[in-house]
Amino acid sequence: MKYSKALSILMLTVLLVSACAPKAAPFECTDAIGCVTIAPGDPVRIGYALVLSGPNESLGIDSRNGIEIAVGDHDTKVLEHPIELVGEDAMCSAEGGQTALTKLAADPSLIGIIGTNCSSAGEPASRIASDAGMVLLSPSNTAPSLTNPDLAWNPGYFRICHNDNIQGAAMAKYVYEELGARTAATIHDGSPYADQLQEVFANTFKEMGGTITAQEAVNVGDTDMRPILTTIAVGSPDFLYYPIFIPEGAQITRQAGDIAGLENTTLAGADGMYSPDFVEAAGDACEGMYISGPNLAFENPIYDHFLEVHLEKYGKTLSVFHAQAYDGTMMLLAAIEKVAVQDEDGTLHIGRQDIRDALYATKDFDGITGNLNCDQYGDCADPEIAVNQLQNGEYVPLWTYVP
Amino acid sequence: MQTTIRQRFENIDYLDIALWVLRIVIIVAVLWGTVATILDNPYSTEQWLDFLIFGLAQGSLYALIALGYTLVYGVLLMINFAHGEFFMAGIFTATVFVAIPLDASGFTDRHPIWALLVIAVVAIATSMGIAVLTERVAYRPLRRAPRLVPLITAIGASFFWQYFFRGLYGSGITAFPDVALLKGSWTILGLEILKSQVVVIVASVLMLIGLYIFVMRTRMGKAMRAVSEDKDVAALMGIDVDRVIMITFAVGAAMAGAAGVLYALMYRQVHFFMGFFPGLKAFTAAVLGGIGSVPGAALGGLLLGLFESVGPCLFLEGLGITSPYQLKDVIAFTMLVLVLLVRPQGIMGERLAEKKA
Amino acid sequence: MTMETETRFNWGEIVRLGLLAAVIALSLNLIGLVGTFAGRDIIGGMVSVGHVFLFGAALGCGYIAAQRFSGGGAGNTLLGGLVIGLLSSLPLVVLVLIAEPLNLRQFMPYVSPALLEMLTFGQGQALGSLILIVVASVLGLIGAGIPLLPSRVRQPLIWGLAAVFLIGLLAEVIILAWGNQGLGLAIRRFVFAARGLSILGASLVFLIVVGLSAWWNSRGEGIKARVNALPPERQRNLRWGGIGLGILLLLFLPMFLRTYLTEVIDNVGLFILMGLGLNIVVGFAGMLNLGYVAFFAIGAYTMALLTPSEYGVAGLSFWTALPFSVLAAVLMGLILVIPVLKMRGDYLAIVTLGFGEIIRILVLSDFLAPWIGGAQGILKIPNVSVAGMELVKPEHLYYVILAGCLLALFVSWRLRDARLGRQWRALREDEDVAEAMGINLVKTKLLAFAIGAAFAGMSGAIFASKLGSIFPHSFNLMVSINVLCLIIVGGIGSLPGVVVGALFLVGLPELLREFAEYRMLMYGALLIVMMVARPEGLWPSEVMKRELRAGSEEPLPAGFVVSSAER
Repeated sequence: MKYSKALSILMLTVLLVSACAPKAAPFECTDAIGCVTIAPGDPVRIGYALVLSGPNESLGIDSRNGIEIAVGDHDTKVLEHPIELVGEDAMCSAEGGQTALTKLAADPSLIGIIGTNCSSAGEPASRIASDAGMVLLSPSNTAPSLTNPDLAWNPGYFRICHNDNIQGAAMAKYVYEELGARTAATIHDGSPYADQLQEVFANTFKEMGGTITAQEAVNVGDTDMRPILTTIAVGSPDFLYYPIFIPEGAQITRQAGDIAGLENTTLAGADGMYSPDFVEAAGDACEGMYISGPNLAFENPIYDHFLEVHLEKYGKTLSVFHAQAYDGTMMLLAAIEKVAVQDEDGTLHIGRQDIRDALYATKDFDGITGNLNCDQYGDCADPEIAVNQLQNGEYVPLWTYVP
Repeated sequence: MQTTIRQRFENIDYLDIALWVLRIVIIVAVLWGTVATILDNPYSTEQWLDFLIFGLAQGSLYALIALGYTLVYGVLLMINFAHGEFFMAGIFTATVFVAIPLDASGFTDRHPIWALLVIAVVAIATSMGIAVLTERVAYRPLRRAPRLVPLITAIGASFFWQYFFRGLYGSGITAFPDVALLKGSWTILGLEILKSQVVVIVASVLMLIGLYIFVMRTRMGKAMRAVSEDKDVAALMGIDVDRVIMITFAVGAAMAGAAGVLYALMYRQVHFFMGFFPGLKAFTAAVLGGIGSVPGAALGGLLLGLFESVGPCLFLEGLGITSPYQLKDVIAFTMLVLVLLVRPQGIMGERLAEKKA
Repeated sequence: MTMETETRFNWGEIVRLGLLAAVIALSLNLIGLVGTFAGRDIIGGMVSVGHVFLFGAALGCGYIAAQRFSGGGAGNTLLGGLVIGLLSSLPLVVLVLIAEPLNLRQFMPYVSPALLEMLTFGQGQALGSLILIVVASVLGLIGAGIPLLPSRVRQPLIWGLAAVFLIGLLAEVIILAWGNQGLGLAIRRFVFAARGLSILGASLVFLIVVGLSAWWNSRGEGIKARVNALPPERQRNLRWGGIGLGILLLLFLPMFLRTYLTEVIDNVGLFILMGLGLNIVVGFAGMLNLGYVAFFAIGAYTMALLTPSEYGVAGLSFWTALPFSVLAAVLMGLILVIPVLKMRGDYLAIVTLGFGEIIRILVLSDFLAPWIGGAQGILKIPNVSVAGMELVKPEHLYYVILAGCLLALFVSWRLRDARLGRQWRALREDEDVAEAMGINLVKTKLLAFAIGAAFAGMSGAIFASKLGSIFPHSFNLMVSINVLCLIIVGGIGSLPGVVVGALFLVGLPELLREFAEYRMLMYGALLIVMMVARPEGLWPSEVMKRELRAGSEEPLPAGFVVSSAER
């Protein structure tokens, strides 16, 4: 009932908007959840809701750079209309996601939103964007619940990053089958991302016949990791998986070498540490470490071009989520180009359900992060997971896996 | 009248019972956990000693930062929430403008001692500058305001400096270059101790002693103590109160700046948010030791570091609690409550009743 | 004698102000405020927020200088303003010249080619620097010129400029509230550019505000006098009329504000609720509590566990679960207050801060995760529903929050002047004396914590239902700090102060959301400026006003007189 009401209000608004637009050619909106009409010369507005303040802000800034470069690669134009970005700080919390999305969703001219970074913000964001008929494309929400129809899935939600279920399981498979490790320990940092990833890893590893010697947790902001590493060293695991972020991840990497009992333990992280910043922060200690993530083959020409633009525009590169944000923006723009109906005078009509359908139908989309295909619940990431090893400060892909 | 007094006695009885129950519960849990851990003993003696050394190194950093809180509290009876930011500002600036260029030019490899000296001077000077500026703009105009008002400007200053330096040097994580001289470990009394930890512990102890002498023996230290006893009387005795307060801030910030350098040597990364958590911990340490007391801050810092390092595996593991290190702050704060229940003024603090805190 | 030295023109002071302006302007450039908002127009195509940050210091310091030397003669004052503007631009010129050769960008990421381009107006180094110097000098001169104008010109002018600035700054939010129907859309297209006001709109706003201000300047006193001359009954009627109008406005607010602004008001409302609770503990009873978020968290988690959510155990509805949430928070308040009963002042502050952290870490911990979700939070908390209708939209939830706030306001207001409220006040003034007067310290402290916790529990319960999912990270120290700041900025112990403080410290940052990474910087600066300018708060309570007045009449000790005169 609430849905139909929201819809009727939306339809009304859209009708009124279109009523005011100059009527060069009669266009009838037959879209199930309404259309957006863009008058000649008016911009196509795309929103983003990212974490732009607080300790996690480098994630958001990184994603924003990706979005801006994607828009720049389109010459800031789509179908002869300028592209305008409308940004909000969704922070890394549920309430931040809710407020940011409420604001963006109040703007009926918005078609789609790139966001959010944190899964906690993604949960209410997905619901609000969906109710407003918009699409939400996340560069870094990895929580499985967001594309689980029994939990937090909403129509119109897409993500370009990996569901934790895929990445955690792939890592376990690699460790057990390729590295031959039989005992492993994990550390998470209390973020939903790391917690879920290590949980999936541990469960898969146990199912395969391995032993988990310890599942520990640190707090964000911790620097002295030696005590916890000493605790872990008691079980002398073959393998230590800590899919966390750069500050704490670099500390663990550096300090693990000082601990008696961890000399033969292989270290590994996930895409939260896939960044030149991590190599700098962890120093020599990260040599030989394994990092799981999307297969960012560095010979990929789109990425070469991207890095070039990024370096010129922002000075240096940051973590991995710019790539997903770039791909998401590109996907959205492609969908707009595909479904928009253009009148003779240049007026654009974009059906909201059409956009969703176009995105769900994404097949073999060539992005930085690989070959993107969306499933029925909006998981669009290239399912291929790569395990990279840090060799001389470079991420070298050693093994790829497609479930 | 009769009845109210009776009521009061009854109430206090209940309260005491509740407090005793609380204490007993905590102590039983701690003992149980300890005994269970020791019976099970998964750790070797070396590992236990490692825990102690890790805790001492971390604790001496807390102690250095805690000094700033304690000094300022001593003279102004005010929690300087922005102190963690003084700590961050110094080392962040020194890393960006000194440490990285020196390392890139190869100077650090050739003259490591000189390089460290320059880094320390720049870090300390920046911290002091920021502290004096903050005092002048955000605290001095409020000397006569209600007590909570400077607390709010201190919170404001904390946010301001965090995001100011974030804007200045960027939001990423900056790596502090390795100093080859401090890599590896020494064997002392049969124990292998990291060089960086030895440097941190030794430097902290030296600075603590230096500060103690400064406060107890010099004229300025005497003036500080006079101001902390009674500002008005100190002013009547011809002490320039504003100047003394400014110097107090500067001295506290110098300690924070030095702590920043040691932090960078030990953890080798700096970023704009690095001051927040150590600041909070140091504040806890200052209160634990008895806020206003210099030796108290040192003791509080060391104890806090030790408990964070040893506590989770000693107390919690035996209780079968998963991921005990996630709960190390719970241990730290519970210990604080226990200590304050026994000594409401902290371990080495003076009675605050007369001071009307 | 002293008067003369104060008003006499003083070049040293001018240079100091000029250097201050220079430092401010340079800092704003280096931290990226100027560059980032160069594209964010206030007046479309003419003035951007970046320009305001770039030249604001010159204008402001020129103004301050002219005010300080009000008796120094117009010529000298204007020259002084010019010098201040000139000085403020010099470091920027140096920046333009050295940025490239020294590669400053490797140290400071915001010294980007785009910023240098803006600083030189795209005219190359030499000509661009010259333009920069000239513009800054002229603005310094204008700043110094404003105080020289007669007040009937000056005041409307300042109001007009301020209105243009504010409306331009908040253009996006205003457009959102404006709507898109018929006439509204037409006016909107006329007044607003793509971002910010259009030139026409800006002139229109300026003229209207200047007109209104001039009218009020000439007539305002007369109207006030007429109202004051009314018989007391009529005055009372007028006041009641005003209150009635206010209530009506509150009831229909969501209709004017529309979805987004109502959402903002909802968030403000949750903080008002918490602020009222903390006000009882800190404002009335004088016990500093830095861990207030603990009760908020308990309320939210109780709501999540009692309703049919992911980890729900009872399957109650919102309204049945609400009393239990409040009760749980009260119980937690009683448990937490026992160990701190004998602590005072800052010891209390750090211990309560510890409690807040302990609760947050516990809900986050792996240890309790099987029951309350740990890092994954709790999803699928049902919405508030009334008579079978689910309240999902902010406009509907507004009434739930309003009811909560009004209830809390009523309770606080009644308690303030009741026996208990007076006991709290005695406690705040002096615990020992209060005890000697026969006040039961334990009981009064317990009650303060319990009632304070109840409001936070209610706020937390509504928060959980409003979001539909809760995560431990929502319950961090920042919430406690925010609530404490808002009650002190509003005026400690004052009920309207809580509302005003929440609007300022929760509502305003919400509206400035597009400033993203700079919001916290501005929030920090705002806290300092507000507290230094008005230490008693924005809307101080009567008691506090009296105390401050009494305090100022006390003869100050010698040292302080000297130091304040030096200033």
